[in-house]
Amino acid sequence: MGSLFAGFLGSLTGLGGGVVIVPLLTLFFHVDIRYAIGAALVSVIATSSGAAAAYVKEGYSNIRVGMFLEIATTVGALAGAALALHLHVSVIAIIFGLALIYSAIASLREKDEVVHDRGPDRIATLLHMDSTYPTAKGLTAYHVRGVPLGFTMMFGAGVLSGLLGIGSGAVKVLAMDQAMKLPFKVSTTTSNFMIGVTAAASAGIYLSRGYIDPGIAMPVMLGVLGGSLIGARVLAGAKVKRLRLVFSVVIGFLALEMIYKGFAG
Amino acid sequence: MTSPAPTLQQDQRLNQIMAVLLRTGVLLAAGLVFVGGIIFLMRHPQPTTNYGVFHGEPEELRTISGIFREARQLHGRGLIQLGLLLLIATPVARVLFSVFAFLYERDWTYLAVTILVWSLLTYSLFFGG
Repeated sequence: MGSLFAGFLGSLTGLGGGVVIVPLLTLFFHVDIRYAIGAALVSVIATSSGAAAAYVKEGYSNIRVGMFLEIATTVGALAGAALALHLHVSVIAIIFGLALIYSAIASLREKDEVVHDRGPDRIATLLHMDSTYPTAKGLTAYHVRGVPLGFTMMFGAGVLSGLLGIGSGAVKVLAMDQAMKLPFKVSTTTSNFMIGVTAAASAGIYLSRGYIDPGIAMPVMLGVLGGSLIGARVLAGAKVKRLRLVFSVVIGFLALEMIYKGFAG
Repeated sequence: MTSPAPTLQQDQRLNQIMAVLLRTGVLLAAGLVFVGGIIFLMRHPQPTTNYGVFHGEPEELRTISGIFREARQLHGRGLIQLGLLLLIATPVARVLFSVFAFLYERDWTYLAVTILVWSLLTYSLFFGG
């Protein structure tokens, strides 16, 4: 039940399932954070693959950019999952709280479609990254920039994902939107597309380490899938801005609670 | 760099097949988890495990061969894990599909990129932990 609620909440806030599921399971259902992270990773793959199937068809996501950056996120995710083995559970909880606060703030950012095309870039051209995306005026071409910076940020996003079991979509969008100057819609859909691959990289490790429990992952995965289906429909008619604000505040409190518990024991 | 620039049409068709692949994987996985969940709940109506204490999963629920063995015996937990394994494998299959798509397009740069990503994923799935 709680997981259905979490999936619903996640899709409404646009924060993704992981950041809501882990605090919900640990704080309210008193599940060990390692089981919670394992279940969250699984649900992240489910929502990402489900949503990516829809987005990919529309032609927004840039597969080349996504694939190239996935080198960074998968290496990062493997490193993060390895790191999780050596860090104390309370340290992970504190890092999670901080990441939670960041994503709450990031979700409040204005999502304007700013055209910031600054012409072609040498590396991006070499990698055939420039592409087009559908807009009101038909297919519009865009140029990709800042590949090294974006690549580095993606490594960080991968580490966070592997360590905390989240999709770290906020960091991914930031890397593509701000550092690489991709159109916002392209950034979000490509990020969604990448999240599943990143999560799969660490999920394999979590599974073989015994962190993924069928009894917890089952309701979480089904709830998240169902919740995101309903959530997408509700979202179409809701006052998104006010909802986002409310949930961001709630998530901020969850984050503080997790940090507090992390320090307390 | 001699690899030809991508044509939009090829990329569009690639996208379509990829979308079908992703959706099939997720639906199949969800179905397995759902059936496994029903069997699991029928056999264990009361929660028997304390999830507040971490103890890790037993061998048969964390190795690929073990999960297949459990699922074949129609154990609820085994079926759920098999569904989750399929879910984890879906993005891996998607990347593998891209490997062939870029091979077909004779895009050597991205062929190398996707093979690298796929190797990393496969490594974690089979040898991780």
